[in-house]
Amino acid sequence: MAFAVDIDAGAAERVVTGEPLARPPAKPENAVLAIENMNCGGCMRKIERVLGTAPGIASVRANLSAKRVTVAFDPQDTGTETIIKTLADAGFRAADLAHNNIDDGNRANQDLLRRLAVAGFAAANIMLLSVSVWAGLASDMDAEVQSLFHWLSALIALPTVAYSGQPFFRSAATALKAWRLNMDVPISLALTLATGMSLVQTIRGSEQVYFDASVSLVFFLLIGRYLDQSLRSRAKGAAQNLIGMKSGWATVVAKDGTSERMPARALGPGMRVLVAAGERIFVDGRIVSGRADIDEQLITGESIPRSAADGDRVYAGTVCLTAPIEVEATAADNDTLLAEITRLMETAEQNKGRYVRLADRAAAFYAPVVHTLGLITFLGWMWLGGGWEMALTTAISVLIITCPCALALAVPAVQVAATSRLFNRGVIMTAADGLERLAEIDTVVFDKTGTLTKGAPELSNSAGISEEILAAAAALATNSRHPYAQAVVHAAQSRGVRVVPTDGVVEAPGAGLSRQAASGDEERLGSAEWCGIGPNSISADDTQAGASLWYRPSRGSPATAFQFVDALRADAAETVATLRSAGLGVLLVSGDQEAAVKDAALTAGIEDWFAGQRPDEKIAQLRKLEAAGRCVLMVGDGLNDAPALAAAHASLSPASAVEVSQIASDGIVQGQRLAPVIEAVAVGRRTRGMSLQNFAIAAAYNAICIPLAMAGFVTPLIAAIAMSASSIVVTANALRLTTAKLKL
Amino acid sequence: MTALAWLIPAALVLGLLGLGAFLWALRTGQFEDLDGAAYRVLDDDEPPTDGNDRGEDRDR
Repeated sequence: MAFAVDIDAGAAERVVTGEPLARPPAKPENAVLAIENMNCGGCMRKIERVLGTAPGIASVRANLSAKRVTVAFDPQDTGTETIIKTLADAGFRAADLAHNNIDDGNRANQDLLRRLAVAGFAAANIMLLSVSVWAGLASDMDAEVQSLFHWLSALIALPTVAYSGQPFFRSAATALKAWRLNMDVPISLALTLATGMSLVQTIRGSEQVYFDASVSLVFFLLIGRYLDQSLRSRAKGAAQNLIGMKSGWATVVAKDGTSERMPARALGPGMRVLVAAGERIFVDGRIVSGRADIDEQLITGESIPRSAADGDRVYAGTVCLTAPIEVEATAADNDTLLAEITRLMETAEQNKGRYVRLADRAAAFYAPVVHTLGLITFLGWMWLGGGWEMALTTAISVLIITCPCALALAVPAVQVAATSRLFNRGVIMTAADGLERLAEIDTVVFDKTGTLTKGAPELSNSAGISEEILAAAAALATNSRHPYAQAVVHAAQSRGVRVVPTDGVVEAPGAGLSRQAASGDEERLGSAEWCGIGPNSISADDTQAGASLWYRPSRGSPATAFQFVDALRADAAETVATLRSAGLGVLLVSGDQEAAVKDAALTAGIEDWFAGQRPDEKIAQLRKLEAAGRCVLMVGDGLNDAPALAAAHASLSPASAVEVSQIASDGIVQGQRLAPVIEAVAVGRRTRGMSLQNFAIAAAYNAICIPLAMAGFVTPLIAAIAMSASSIVVTANALRLTTAKLKL
Repeated sequence: MTALAWLIPAALVLGLLGLGAFLWALRTGQFEDLDGAAYRVLDDDEPPTDGNDRGEDRDR
């Protein structure tokens, strides 16, 4: 074996910058690693401890929310590859994110949060001053104090609007440059006018001062903006982690038997790649030697590792669990199935981005009407001979009183109420406009494994197995993390059998477990072959039921078969029936084999089903439904569903789904039941109804106030009362949603 | 009137203190890992690395 060629990215950089390689002590380098399976505080602590004690590492900081670790290390003593290897030995799957721009989302988040904090401070203090002035209007506040309060408000409001209002001004400017109108155009205009006119009125010592309105508007709108942004940056971070999983280092075996380490990007078809136990496979290809269990959950969503040997296909992104294998690559880098799924998801996501939200649709209608009314007011007063100053003041007060407070709150208030209602009932909405799209669906497409079914095997013939045998098998099984083994332990526990873990159990990769008893006999739990059963001696019943695990107490004694099923979720049939009785079409589109899909469809009461669908075929099915005029809700969990989830009009995934699928979908369904899907659709529909109601309230308010404002009758007190009243009514209306009884 | 001369600056200074504290917390990365922080408070192990490095890490 030749020596390993070790060029890490840092070394390449040093060569470029001409920094001498051997100058001690070297400048520490930083690496950011994505850790796929860091899920809890325990994982986080373990990672920090493992890396903290490794040689050459200066500091470690794990971030659980982002599933990332930042490591500072001495490039002379260690490298990213060694660090990834150290983590792999500790059971963590890590990938280097060095080549991605990783900070963007976070920075935008912090920026919004800073602006939000400033607006919050300003809104609270200006409100304090304003309430005093309002109270003063009714009692005995003298003009000087009132003026002082107005000047103080101006002093706080001007820098705040200039700083905190920037996101709206920028967005409005971008929209206007493209000759479009969005909600930010009327918002920016109202902000500028309210602040500008208040300043003029403060200088003139008048009562028409609205600093409180403009600053609270900025504050409330920034809250919504921040929530939206943090959802999106979380999605972006998870996508970057996924891209990171495609990169790494692989051992390539040359024809003469020598091997060298290569970055995954440099791999190509025809190369032979050696994959050690616990390593990720970076190419699509065929196994040429070795036998191992392959964890394909990232690709198929299937929780049971597949045992693969010579000639079997493996895919990039899967993990070789048990023993080293040699893979001949058929596709690498950007041609792999994983890369294709990522690409499909991105295109589908872009298409969805074209959806115009209800609020923006309203703005496209609202903004021109309001601006025309302002203009008519100005021209009207000029024509009536009111003078340009009077005409301008009245026109501006029309624009301010129509300031889209209620309109800007109409949809967000309902969304917050709907989201918190769904949260309490087990659905977490992740897309900002997800509820609006859920309201429009008329067809539901389910995936099978992990969505309609529980996604984990259950022992189905537990009743036919004696307690003794179950206890003995479970004792062996406690030593394995294989889903079948865990199903056996679970079945034993639920029957009240005491499971005593045994020592000396050996796991043979892809075959089963064995234990040498004191008497010299050997118990075995595993595949038929492992327990010495030939294919011909398996009973017809076991073959048909798909028995996949056998237990043999000693050599030569008869073996017991364990049959497993991936059972439907308890309320699957009920949920399908409810959806159908509400007039929604229900389909089953699965990547699984025909028999299994047909069986699940029959049990769940679904008439239209499609089996053996690849990710792009799933999208094709959705497109076909779309072409037939249907609006589709996709419910799925595997990475193979992710493109379809992104492509569908609306989508939900169970909490057990792979992270990429959760990110691709609009909401996540918690718990073991499917009923929250019905609730989500019902709430989505009610949300749309409520939003329209709120628009109507805002319109009614405008219908009363605009004529008054145009006639010049609006005093600050009337404006303050009218503006807060409309916002309060809209918010209170939205809150009804949290307790309303809903039916689909 | 003298009450106002005291109360208004006091309200503003207290508000600014709160704002300053929040912006400081934001800059030093207190909000970067909300999930992790919940577990770290239970962690009584020695810090994995020299404690002085932590601040630097977060500032980035």
